[in-house]
Amino acid sequence: MKYSYYPGCSLERNAAAYHVSTMAVAEPLGIEFQEVEDWNCCGATEYISLNLTASYALIARNLALASKNKKTNQLVAPCSACYLNLRKCDSYMAESADLSEKVNTALAAGGLKYKGGTLKVRHLLDVIVNDVGYDAIAQKVTKPLNGLRVAPYYGCMIVRPKMKGNGSFDNPEYPMTLDNLLKALGAEVIDFPLKSHCCGGHMTQISEGTGFELIRRLIKGADDYHADLIATLCPMCQLNLDAFQGAMNNYFKTNYKVPVLYFTQLLGLAFGMDAKALEIGSELVDARDALSKIGVELPPEPPKKRPSKEELPMPQMPEKE
Amino acid sequence: MTPTSMSHLSNEKQKLSFLEEVIAATPGESHLDICIQCGTCGGSCPSGSDMDHTPRSLFAMIAAGLRDQVLRSNTPWYCVSCYYCTARCPQEIHITDIMYTLKRIAVKEKAYDDSTAPDFSKTFINWVENYGRAFELGLMSMHIIKHNPFGVFKIAGMGVGMVTKGRMAFTPTRIKGMDNLKAILNKAKELEAVA
Repeated sequence: MKYSYYPGCSLERNAAAYHVSTMAVAEPLGIEFQEVEDWNCCGATEYISLNLTASYALIARNLALASKNKKTNQLVAPCSACYLNLRKCDSYMAESADLSEKVNTALAAGGLKYKGGTLKVRHLLDVIVNDVGYDAIAQKVTKPLNGLRVAPYYGCMIVRPKMKGNGSFDNPEYPMTLDNLLKALGAEVIDFPLKSHCCGGHMTQISEGTGFELIRRLIKGADDYHADLIATLCPMCQLNLDAFQGAMNNYFKTNYKVPVLYFTQLLGLAFGMDAKALEIGSELVDARDALSKIGVELPPEPPKKRPSKEELPMPQMPEKE
Repeated sequence: MTPTSMSHLSNEKQKLSFLEEVIAATPGESHLDICIQCGTCGGSCPSGSDMDHTPRSLFAMIAAGLRDQVLRSNTPWYCVSCYYCTARCPQEIHITDIMYTLKRIAVKEKAYDDSTAPDFSKTFINWVENYGRAFELGLMSMHIIKHNPFGVFKIAGMGVGMVTKGRMAFTPTRIKGMDNLKAILNKAKELEAVA
């Protein structure tokens, strides 16, 4: 099965574990990905807040580039925000002649064009559960996740909203595909009532009280159900629930420690792959105790140094070309 | 009214009501004109308690033509884009898309620039317009330095963790076709200015 692949900016670095584990499981799943040549950012939820035509032109450049791949009309995005932007742009361009004309006038300035409806935009989870299928996946399982209690977490943009042409592949309020996939891997899947609630998106940067409260609800929810870990399918959700979990704990004076892994990492473990090859260990909330329940041993953490000023992350500009 | 017929109206320089203006600036069939004021949107909203007006109130205000009050409202800026309201609205109103439309009008008219939210979007997009890709570290550090310098200490632990785990890039990635992307975006902005 051949697909065009749009990784999105997060998968380049912060969510590299998602990209690496996706590539690792692609082969046993019989999936062949071809990365969209020279793709650009989808604009997340930011560009659309400033400029309508430019935000759709930004997304459409990716659709135009992907539609050059004559081997497939299927475009796969592992990030839920990218997935939504790509399918939204495709659907609105098919629906609105006015938008399509403006976007194509802009694309023409770069020698590109795109007709709404040409591509079928798919989320990675959709492809894995519907094209590969639960039975075929279950047959590949060599190390079942027996005894691991997992909270399946979908978040928002993979299941909502329903769009013409590129409809969601699962229920917008009570999705089940990730639940069923994790069950096929042998995990003990909790019936997680918050599974399609919001992680807060960019809110930690804009109104921390709002952002941290949304993170708290999800973490507390998973903890109340004694989940060993949360399985996610979106880099923004993973960043909020994992990397901001400590800051959220400080804000509310709580002490939650719920690890958050990508579903592709769990797939890889169930297929008997090495934890390191799936970049397990790059999460900030340690998954060691949870994974020891299924016999996965990770090397011990190096002793913690006190952070010095020199180690604080500072952005640098690349050298002029 | 469809967006096409709306742009036809604006071509004829007829004065649009605020409701018509919002509908025209929202792609696709937004259905805003058939809101029945049931309040399902506000009841479904995870950040509704931080909003000065619930989405339902805001839509009544739009219909009543309270342009300035709507554009000064913090409601669209607290929308987290979870699309619960959109999924549940019995009239199938594209509520999240309307929030984006209100943000765009508010930014364009500088009706709402006292918040850090519009600035976050601008900083994010500045990287994208110049490199073609988002740059998380540059975005976060620039945003914090500008708006909340003391916030650096609160997230320093996370920053160090992200660096130690190799999850923060120190330099942005630049796409090869940057000139191509710039030509497209400049043309798009030109078209937006005319509309």
